[in-house]
Amino acid sequence: MTTALRDTDRQVIIIGSGPAGLTAALYAARANLKPLVIEGIEAGGQLMLTTMVENWPGYRDGIMGPKLMLELRAQAERFGAEIIQGDVTSLDLSKRPFTLHVEKTRYLTETLIIATGASAKWLDLGVDKKLSGRGVSTCATCDGFFFKGLPVAVIGGGDTAMEEAIYLSKLATQVTVIHRRDTLRASKVMQDKAFSMPNISFIWNTEVVDIKDLAQGKVTSLMLRNTHTGAASELAVDGVFIGIGHTPNTALFKGQLAMHDNGYLKTHHGSRTSLPGVFAAGDVQDHVYRQAVTAAGSGCMAAIDAERFLSGTLHESHEEELKMTK
Amino acid sequence: MASENVKTFTDANFSDEVKSGVVLVDFWAAWCAPCRRIAPIVDQLAEEFTGRLTVAKVDIDENPMTPSKFMVRGIPTLLLFKDGDLKETVVGLETKDRLTQIINKHL
Repeated sequence: MTTALRDTDRQVIIIGSGPAGLTAALYAARANLKPLVIEGIEAGGQLMLTTMVENWPGYRDGIMGPKLMLELRAQAERFGAEIIQGDVTSLDLSKRPFTLHVEKTRYLTETLIIATGASAKWLDLGVDKKLSGRGVSTCATCDGFFFKGLPVAVIGGGDTAMEEAIYLSKLATQVTVIHRRDTLRASKVMQDKAFSMPNISFIWNTEVVDIKDLAQGKVTSLMLRNTHTGAASELAVDGVFIGIGHTPNTALFKGQLAMHDNGYLKTHHGSRTSLPGVFAAGDVQDHVYRQAVTAAGSGCMAAIDAERFLSGTLHESHEEELKMTK
Repeated sequence: MASENVKTFTDANFSDEVKSGVVLVDFWAAWCAPCRRIAPIVDQLAEEFTGRLTVAKVDIDENPMTPSKFMVRGIPTLLLFKDGDLKETVVGLETKDRLTQIINKHL
């Protein structure tokens, strides 16, 4: 299939500017497709909220998350990617070129790469959102400052929760990790680090049922329940950091693209979504690996897929592709 | 850098500065990544609402009293005052459209 391009059309628009979006931009720019990146309000993605990234290949001593994203952004721009601020407010994928609005500005594009990522998940209590910025946080590097010399809790058992706990252990008097199970999901190296901190303690098999005190407008304690025995307890803390995972940012695409039950975009044969010409990369379509490096890898795939789609060499199926390469 | 339409408030002058009119205050710190994301939006709002809205920033590292007084425990936090009364609290990142709506309610 070949696509005639109009002068006013963009060939590729990329939504999102984390490792997936910026790697897609880098590859698309190097393919001379002059990609436009709409970076979104959480520009730079989740790595902007982390400290040292020790699992990005090539940096044996690690690299700070925000620094890595600035480098990646500059690298994409060096090859001609155009990056604009703002959030996509609406989009119409019913016909090509696809139409996007960023507030009042309209953009048309022949292909779209979705790299909107995922955002931190909140508890299902309601009270946690109401006390956001009042002692409840999903970002230790942002808000840890306010809890110098105070006791805090971290909820969760994965890498995010451990990173938050380790970061906070340098500020808070005591960090209590509350986890629903009796083992951590976090990587071994993060677990070891957390276990070695003298002021990090663990409460296992326990969930948070309430956060007090809404009336005072600040966090004073957590109401806990043991998931095995049902026993209730209360833990006095000034701050609570939620690290229970992420939800994909796919609200914009509801009804337009196929999704899994958990809201992640469905992809097939590489980065293809349910619509020809629309590709997805990174955490928005990955509920399994969710690593910076896998996001970057899938961003590269999406850019190559988009380039082939535009030149009419993206084949309908892998079987067909195999035949072509024989 | 903040635009020239954006003032800088301190612990010393804060209560005087918010006493009259509609004032939007952005609590931030140099180490806060999301604060850097909202800063250009705050600059744009200051420009678009010139004459109708005072826009200011408070560096929480240098001014610990004011955030503590208003129980700010996460940044970015935007507070909107009208004639000295706190009317709105916006915690975390918010789109320009949404902030514009919030400001317009009080103009």
